[in-house]
Amino acid sequence: MRDVTLGQFFPSKSIIHRVDPRVKILLLITFITLIFCTFNYFSLALVVLAVISIMLLSRVPIKMYLKSLKVIIIVVLITSAINLFSYPSDPVFQWWVIKISVEGINNAVFVAVRIISLILISSVLTFTTSPTDLTDALERLMKPLKVFHVKVHEIAMMMTIALRFVPTLLEETDKIMAAQKSRGADMESGNLITRIKALIPVLVPLFVSAFRRAYDLAVAMECRCYQGGSGRTRMKQLRISKRDVFSIITVCLIIVGVVLCNLLPHIR
Amino acid sequence: MEFITAQNISFKYETEENTSEISKNVLDNISFSIKKGEFVAIVGHNGSGKSTIAKHLNAMLVPSLGKVYVDGMDTSDEDMTSLIRRKVGLVLQNPDNQLVASIVEEDVAFGPENLGIDPKEIRKRVDEALKAVDMYEYRLHAPFKLSGGQKQRVAIAGIIAIEPDCIVLDEPTAMLDPKGRKEVLDTIIRLNREKGITVVMVTHFMEEAVLADKVYVIDNGKLLTSGTPYDVFSQVELLKRHRLDVPQATEICYQLRARGVDISKLPLTDDECVKLLLEVFR
Repeated sequence: MRDVTLGQFFPSKSIIHRVDPRVKILLLITFITLIFCTFNYFSLALVVLAVISIMLLSRVPIKMYLKSLKVIIIVVLITSAINLFSYPSDPVFQWWVIKISVEGINNAVFVAVRIISLILISSVLTFTTSPTDLTDALERLMKPLKVFHVKVHEIAMMMTIALRFVPTLLEETDKIMAAQKSRGADMESGNLITRIKALIPVLVPLFVSAFRRAYDLAVAMECRCYQGGSGRTRMKQLRISKRDVFSIITVCLIIVGVVLCNLLPHIR
Repeated sequence: MEFITAQNISFKYETEENTSEISKNVLDNISFSIKKGEFVAIVGHNGSGKSTIAKHLNAMLVPSLGKVYVDGMDTSDEDMTSLIRRKVGLVLQNPDNQLVASIVEEDVAFGPENLGIDPKEIRKRVDEALKAVDMYEYRLHAPFKLSGGQKQRVAIAGIIAIEPDCIVLDEPTAMLDPKGRKEVLDTIIRLNREKGITVVMVTHFMEEAVLADKVYVIDNGKLLTSGTPYDVFSQVELLKRHRLDVPQATEICYQLRARGVDISKLPLTDDECVKLLLEVFR
């Protein structure tokens, strides 16, 4: 069986891991907003410092963070480049049609640092929170949306089941591919279109089996007295602890720091 | 005391209107009763209707004709459905398809959570259920990393956590290897003997049916014969006529008797068989 990493969870017992997942999600949203509220190099530096400290506190190997950046690096380069060249007035460097101004450099740096911090801080959440905790926290956080008739419980249940069946269906895909290959199906050669076409004999049985599994699961859930979200209790109760209050205060302090830094003379 | 009573039940799947084909009865006029604390085995071929019976016992299916009563409640009464399912839990064949959550203990908690039980009580039930199936040390594992037998035991724990009086198992060992099969069977027997839970096991392994207090043989939707394992499996000719197996131990001694060896009582288990043959050939 292929190695299945569900989400990107990296189990450990660091302080970041133990923060309540609901608090983590809310703080992440706050932090992302904060990243885009940095208006000079002081506040940007403060945010970067905070991101790096949180990363170190999470005790997740830096290698994993770098891996998550690898995917996004091209986007960072392109957006930076566009910013770099799109302020032609007052150039400090000029060659052929390329004109680079101080403003362009500043913007390029800001965009790059912001995107990288954004990715890193989001990775902290996915690395330190198990998928089940995440869906659980999302269900609880979205509860107020029930007022607008959003089916919060159903959405969370769907996410839970989807997470549960990812490895099962991956295993099944492997089996079907092996079965089709043993009957002479060719999946590895040809151009893109022939390869996509070669996937059809895999997808059809996969869907059939997924529907069969879904039927079985529905029966099993009914057998276990499932009647939707109303009247349901949860075994795991989430409680806000001192640790959570502490992390909220820390983020508040960072906000204050960023606001103060933004008031400093504009040196960009 | 009769816990589950089936009175002359027949069942057929509903067909589309205007189709000329007449659907056959999957179950045809079957009656039986199951006492509290009993271990009952239902055996038969694939397609004989034995799984359909299993689904009748907790109101997943309702008979087309006749009635099923669970602890005095009529399964066709929809108001009783949820109460019946608290009393009779159903474990399916494929353990992969009946686990809901990605963590063992959360999956076991699914049933009690649905009943709206207090979180502390759920915790207690989950721990007890996992201990009862000997899976406590795996409580934080992901189900897909477990073996088939372990997954099936988690599925059983998920039902036990609802604290039913009766567990119905629909071919719980059919997809397992010999080791997993033994684990699951041992668990089922222990639950029956130690916790007094009524067990109804649907199976096509005759060696498993031997373990039961009472065996019902279903063939082609009809009740072929029933009784204690000894009563049922001594009717070797009848079973063979319906292309059903008998346990290997019974088969050997039956063949020997047919060839003139003096055997009066056919054995059911391997141990009995060995003992008997040692006596006969001494």
